[in-house]
Formats: sequence, structure tokens, C-alpha cells
Amino acid sequence: MDDLLADFLTETNESLADLDLALVRLERTPDDAQTLSLIFRLVHTIKGTCGFLGLPRLEHVAHAAENVLVRVRDGVLAVTPDTISTALSGIDRIKEIVAGLATGGNEPAGDDTELVAALNAVAEGRGEAAAPIAPPPPVRETAPAPVAAAPVAVAAAPEPAPEPTDATPAEPSVAGQTIRVGVDVLEDLMTLVSELVLTRNQLLQLARSQEDSAFSVPLQRLSHITSDLQEGVMKTRMQPIGNAWNKLPRLVRDLAHELDKRIELVLHGAETELDRQVLELIKDPLTHMVRNSADHGLETSAERRALGKPEAGRIALNAFHEGGHIIIEVADDGRGLPVDRIRAKILSRSLATEAELAAMTDEQIHRFIFRAGFSTAAVVTAVSGRGVGLDVVKTNIERIGGTIDLKSIAGQGTTFVVKIPLTLAIVSALIVQAGRERFAIPQICVVELVRAAGGEGTAADRTESRIERIHGTPVLRLRDRLLPLVSLAGLLRLEQDAGAGEAGQCIVVTQVGAGTLGIIVDRVFDTEEIVVKPVAPILRHITMFSGNTILGDGSVIMILDPNGIARANGIAGTESHLAETATRVAVAQSEQRTAMLLFRAGGTAPKAVPLSLVARLEDIERDRIEVSAGQPVVQYRGRLMPLVALSGTLDTDKPRQAVLVFNDIDRALGRDRCMGLVVDEILDVIEDRLKVELSGDRPGLLGTAVVAGRATDVIDTAYWLTQAAHDWFRAGQKSGGSRLARVLVVEDSDFFRNLLVPALAAEGYEVTACETAIHALRLREAGAMFDAVVSDIEMPEMDGLAFVRKLREGGAWAELPVVALSARMHDGEMAAGRDAGFTDYVGKFDRAALLASLGQCLGENVHAA
Amino acid sequence: MGTTVLERPAESAAGEDERVFVTLTVADQLCGVPVQAVRDVLGEQAITRIPLAPAEIAGSLNLRGRIVTTIDLRRRLGLPDAAAGTPRMSVVAEQGSELYALLVDQVSEVLSLPANTFEHNPPTLPPEWAAHSLGIHRLADRLMVVLDVARVLALAPEG
Repeated sequence: MDDLLADFLTETNESLADLDLALVRLERTPDDAQTLSLIFRLVHTIKGTCGFLGLPRLEHVAHAAENVLVRVRDGVLAVTPDTISTALSGIDRIKEIVAGLATGGNEPAGDDTELVAALNAVAEGRGEAAAPIAPPPPVRETAPAPVAAAPVAVAAAPEPAPEPTDATPAEPSVAGQTIRVGVDVLEDLMTLVSELVLTRNQLLQLARSQEDSAFSVPLQRLSHITSDLQEGVMKTRMQPIGNAWNKLPRLVRDLAHELDKRIELVLHGAETELDRQVLELIKDPLTHMVRNSADHGLETSAERRALGKPEAGRIALNAFHEGGHIIIEVADDGRGLPVDRIRAKILSRSLATEAELAAMTDEQIHRFIFRAGFSTAAVVTAVSGRGVGLDVVKTNIERIGGTIDLKSIAGQGTTFVVKIPLTLAIVSALIVQAGRERFAIPQICVVELVRAAGGEGTAADRTESRIERIHGTPVLRLRDRLLPLVSLAGLLRLEQDAGAGEAGQCIVVTQVGAGTLGIIVDRVFDTEEIVVKPVAPILRHITMFSGNTILGDGSVIMILDPNGIARANGIAGTESHLAETATRVAVAQSEQRTAMLLFRAGGTAPKAVPLSLVARLEDIERDRIEVSAGQPVVQYRGRLMPLVALSGTLDTDKPRQAVLVFNDIDRALGRDRCMGLVVDEILDVIEDRLKVELSGDRPGLLGTAVVAGRATDVIDTAYWLTQAAHDWFRAGQKSGGSRLARVLVVEDSDFFRNLLVPALAAEGYEVTACETAIHALRLREAGAMFDAVVSDIEMPEMDGLAFVRKLREGGAWAELPVVALSARMHDGEMAAGRDAGFTDYVGKFDRAALLASLGQCLGENVHAA
Repeated sequence: MGTTVLERPAESAAGEDERVFVTLTVADQLCGVPVQAVRDVLGEQAITRIPLAPAEIAGSLNLRGRIVTTIDLRRRLGLPDAAAGTPRMSVVAEQGSELYALLVDQVSEVLSLPANTFEHNPPTLPPEWAAHSLGIHRLADRLMVVLDVARVLALAPEG
């Protein structure tokens, strides 16, 4: 019986969630026969099952609700807000009883007579001017109104008996391929897989110290299987974000009634998947934000009418993936944030002085609403304005490693943008050391690594990366800005290693909220995939840590929370420093300093490659290198990775080979492949301006650049990738392009973007890169100007075709030449591209063609101008 | 990893009036922990220090893939630290589905003691001890303090 009840509860809860949605939908489209019959079926199933299980109270209410619905379905009752409200209140009561059942195992005591009477009254058309459309044909008798349920049951039995056995009303085709699994089973599975991953890592570490162990081959296999298993289990935990939005239509409907506003809720990207755990944690903040938009954001119908806006306010939720994150936007088209009121509130709470406020932009002032106890609602309504506000939302989002920002335009509305990680369970982390202890910093927070240069007089002039102090507070000059620094050892009150000076220290530049913070550490080791485990409750008050984990060598280490560190240093409060960086659209300009990886291969002169192109540095044992189809390959992360020696031949005498791993992930194409470039020795990582001085005509080299004061050959990654797989690119030879033209590259693949920027820069273009078409459009709005645009076709959110159509619609960029990059060169697609407004169409991997095309376009453009 | 598997004396052998304890010493004082509360006994372990944690928290250790917070019983009871380099042992207990290890000097045998040798805390017991003790068992040659595991693990979360 217990199992039966548990099944009933799970099923009923799902049905109830569907019911809410369906009823709200019905209210909007009263003639939707499909929705109506769905509603009827759901209620009928609940009623049927609870009768069978002997739950009289539930049956009673469900029955009365069904009564109402039968009349609606049969066209006896019209769908009016009152009918729906009454039906919803019946559903609410069912929910209450079900919740009581779930906790107590028995139906909670309670009196439903009033509700049942109300339902019956509606069913009979009393209490409102219900329009009896037609005489009720299928109803055999209309029961008199006594509260007793039994006689009414007759009226509700036009449905013959086959259905009650069919428990799931959903589409049968789907039901056949899915099974219901308890969440705890999945959670246990996840824990076990996490342990397996850790054990695997430990084994691999052990095996590495033994050169030729018989274990190495089965261990490799175990390793791959573990990775696949991990991926599979992670997938089982993914759920569409729509599950967290289920309650919103009902919430908004109720809010609209309560606040006497008309609100339209638009949901986009409900199918976007994210980890169950993240989903649970994001539910409440999202609900709160929607509530906030409905209450504060939207005007009343009367106000909107006076302003000439459509009477119904609009709240739009939009979710999409972007670079390993989920972005959720909550936008309303209401009045926008009241800057004056916020300003007054800031002054009254003395959060800033009048002078400071005067220097702030509106955006900076807007961000104050994320401060604790900051509600500008003049009246405390039941909905919001109780002082627990957006600060709680912000804290909750930051707790799961996310960020929140907002944009607000007076009179046009407010948009909140939330960025959260896909999963919390396994993250990639940077392992660092400070004061003899090791810590992990989640890679998602790490922007870059900077090595602090040695002491004062010696080489200080050579580089700017020297820690300077203002009254003892360390700061770093980084690209003409001051980066605030904290010493990890000092912050955590660790014993400093004797003799560890500032020379050789590393600075981990982290993203905290909208700003950056440099964390000084003694050493940086490696990145590792770690399984995040929460810290023990007695340690939760230490906000510097977001969790702990076990490394491959079995040791326990703490995971740092850069947001916590920033808060501990009072950095989160200094919006004025951070706002500027926040409002800048992230662009990578070729004039900026680029981190370069220096290495040696064939000859003594150092060679360089932009670090951002390199996915990983590996040290691969000679024995693991195999030969397949005449090409050296190595088993790497569960697949074969082709190896190419930069010096031409593999040095077979060396026991280990240093390998630069290049990874090409294009989400739009679903591609993920890699290749390894074998070099003699990895020297250093240096940050410098990448100015390729001379376009060399030696194959495989882009040219020579002065890196760290030495002439260094910059390798042409594209050439070497072709060596690994001939279909990767078509080998291209250089062709002259026009000079000093500004080119905007729109490309979602990090890999290609990083490839195109230096390649075009080497040709003398001034290159700006954008990750998405949306970013590019933002640049246009910000007034940026270019001579030509190079855009990918397959991109998430807005594809290249939509992007170019948007450009051609008008604006400053309407006349710009736009070159399409596409992996697929069908005639049909090319025609579609030209129709959409692309000037030229070039294969994605054909660099020579791209350069030629750009040259041509720009030449033409100059003539035209 | 020096894990000792504990053999729990069968319930019937313990009888109605008998209670079973894992005995341990800290600064030469014999203490007992009810055997039901003990999940594991560990030898010397690599313990990761946790910066900014209360002084009583010795750090975290890895128990077969689970992270266990370790509490130094000497510090918890206000005793001086053990001499550096002395190997120490741990008793692992569970509280609210979290595992905690109590760092002690030595874990010895499992004793089954009759209930009639139990007495409440003498009122003169120092407060650090009284706060963490349920009472005293009179053994033939010495006294055993019955530790209140819940109280020992109840560290107030403050900075």
C-alpha cells in the first residue's frame, strides 16, 4: 500500500503542475477543446485513483472540481475568470491534501464543505451569470445541490470505465521509452561516479610513476569508461529549465489579479537544459525576480494606457546556453528603475555621499538595488517590498557560482541577466599554493594568470607585471589599469614560506561580480577536474570557501570562492570601480596584450603561439604514442589524437614528449576534435602585444614577433592543424590584403575566433572579435565602426543569416561588406546567404579565400566611398 | 590507511544492563564513546588544515572518498597540544549525515560495562570536561569519562 501511495503522490504532483498550466491556458483560449479535455482527464485520473486508494476527502474535492469541468467541457458553462478561479481553488485544496498525505501518510483533517458548495454552485451556474449555451445533452440528471458527494457522482460519469487503469495521460509513445527513477537513486549514482572519478585519478597518478606497468593498458581503458560513465550520469541529471518555470504562469496570473494589472508572460528557451541541482537552486531567485518585475516593474493598466503603451504589461523570460553557462534573462517592459528614488534611498541610508552619487552613471546607481534591505517600493504590498529583496537573489545566485546584472531604460523596462554554470557537481579548477597549503580556484572565475616580476632594480623595467604598493596595499598595473590584489596567504592567515619573496609569485586574476580581483599565490600547479563537495556545517560560516574536494593524490583541499574573498575585502561594495568594466562589451582586440606560450622546437630560437589557442599542455610518454595510417597518434581522453612534430620528425629517443593540445569545439556544428603539436620543450608563458612584424613566407610560421624583447617565430596554427587532418583546413598561401582596415569577426567557436584574430592581424587588419551576433549588434548600438564584417553562419541564438538581415535593415552598418564563413558550401546555402545580404561567401577553413575576399570587398568599398 | 574494523559484540551478549564503549585516551585520561556512535577507527592520517576555522578543528581528512572534518579532542577539552610528531588516532562518528573524526592520542579496546558502574558527573569536574561528558564509569583500576559525542561535535559556528 505504501508503494501504491508513493506512486500516486508522484503522479498526482505532476498532474497538478500540468493542471495549473492548463487552466491558465484555458482562461486565455476558452475554446481550446484539447486543453479542456486534458484538464478533464487529469482531474478524472486523480479522482479515480484516490477513490481506489480510499482517500475520501480528496475524492470529494476532486469530484466537485470535476463536476465543474464536465460542464465546461460539455459547453454548459462558459469559461470565465470566476469559473477558472473556483476551479483553481479546488486544485489548490487538492494540493494541500496531497502535501499532507506526503508528510503524514494520511489525509489531513479539514472541512471542505464550503469549497465543495462553491464548486457545486458554479457547476450549476449559480453565483454568476453563466450562459447555458445549449441544453445539456449527455448529462443524465442534474443532481440537487446537497453537499453529499455520492449523488452527484452520477452526473459525472459519462466517461466509461477504461481510463482509470491508464494512469499516465501523457503521450504513449514517450511513455514507452522512459522510466521513472527516484532522484535519490540518481544522486547516489552521481556520488558513486564522483568517487570513481577520484579513484581513477589516484590510480592514474600511481601508474604515472611506474614506467612500464602491466596495468597501464587496462587502466587507460578503465579511465575512458569512467569518463563516459561520468558523462552519462551527468546527462541523467539534466532537466529543461521549463521545469523551474512551471509555476510561473499561475503565479503571474494570480499576481495580475492581486495587483489589478494585465500581465502577459512570455517564456523562451524552456527546453534549455541544466543540472537538476542548479535548477532547484535557481527556482526561488527566478520566482522572486518575476514577482519583482510584476510588482515594481510594470505599471498599472491605467498608467500604461496613459503612456500609450499596450495595456497588458509583458514579462519575458529567456534562457540559452553560452560558453558553458546558462544565461537567463528576465525582462519587463515597465517603467524602468526609478533612479531618483534610488538616489534618495542611497542618501537616506548613507551608502554614498552626494558627491560620489554625482559622479556615478545611472547604471552604477541601478546596481544599488542589489544591496541588502534596498526596496524602493513606496508601499509594502503583499507581493514584494518587504525588504528581503534582490540582495537575497544576488547572494543565492552567487552561491552557485553565478552572476547577476541588470539593464534598465526609463519608461522602457528593466532586464535582469543571470549567468549560472551548467552543473555544480564537477568543475574544472586551478590548483594553487599559498603558505605551504594547496587550494583550488574554480576555472570559471579565473580570467588569466600573471606572473609577478622579480625585485625592484633588476628586470623591473622589462615588464609592467610588478606588484606595487599603496600604503602597504598591493596593486598591479595590468593593461593600463590598476588591478586590486589580495594575498591569499595573508587573507587566510597562513604562515608564509620563509624566503618566498614576491619574485616568482603568481597572480590569479579572477572575475568577481562585474569586476576583477587579483589573488596573489606562491605557485600555480595545474588544472584538475574536481568533484565539489560541500564543507561541513560547522565550517559554512567561512565564506572564503565554496566547498572542498579530494585531489587525484588523495589529499583533501579547500575550494576558494573568489566572490567570498571579494566580499571579505569589501570589494563587492565598490561598484564605481567595477561598473565600467561591466558595461564594456567583451571584445578581444588585436592591439591588446596577448598571453603567449613560448616553446622550443627544432632550433634554439624560441617559438610562440597565442596561449588562448592551446587547450592543454601535456607530457606524453613515448610508449603511449602509436602509429595509425602512417601518422603518430595517442589515446587521449577517450579518443585518438593525431600528433604532429613541429620539428618535422618525432625524437624517438626521448622518454617523454611535450605536447601542445589544440581543441576545436564548435557547438553549433556539434564538433569536438583535437590534435597535438609535439615540441622539444615548453619554456614560459609571457604576456605581450602580439604584433607580427613580418609576414614570413616559411610554411608553418605566421611571422616573427618581438616577444619579451626577443625575436620569436609565431607559428601558424592553421598550417599545423592541416598537417594533422587534411580536412581541417585547406592549406592556404598568403595573399596581400588591403592594410589598416578594421574588421569585425563574429564567430561563436572560441577556437576559430582565436585563430582568425591573429591570422587577420598578421595581414595588417585591426581586428575586433565577438562571440555572438547579439554582441556584435551591441557594438553597433555603442557606435563602433568597421570596414568589413566576417561572420559565421551557424551560431546559437542568432545565426549569421538573421544577423546580416538585421544589419541590412538599416543603421550605421547597413552598407558594410559582410563575408560569410561557412563549413558547408552548398549552392543552395550560398544563394540563401547572398539573398540575406552577405557580400561574399567563403569556406570556413579557407583562409586564403577569406583574405582574398576581404581584400576585394574592401577594395570595392574604397571605390564606392 | 590504518583502518581497524571493529567487531561489534552481539546485542545478546551485551545484555540489558550492559553498555558497550570504544575506549580512548586523551592526555592520559581514559574516555569512552558508545560503540553505536562509532563508524570507524583510523590510525595516523594526512590531515589538511582549514584556514580561518576554529582552533578545535584540526582539518579535513579523506576517508575512502568522503571528506571528514577532524576535531582535535585535546583542544576541545582545553588540554595542551600533543608533542609534535606524536602519531595520533581518530574515531569517526556521524552526526546529521556528516562524518566527523575525533583526533585522540590512542584508541584502545572495546569494553562492555554494566550500567551499575555509571555515575553522573561529579559537580567539581572542570567546565570543559563537564560540558562534554555524560558521566563517569567506575572501572576496576581507573575511571572512564563517557563522552557526549553530540556536544563534542556541536561547535558553534563563529569566526
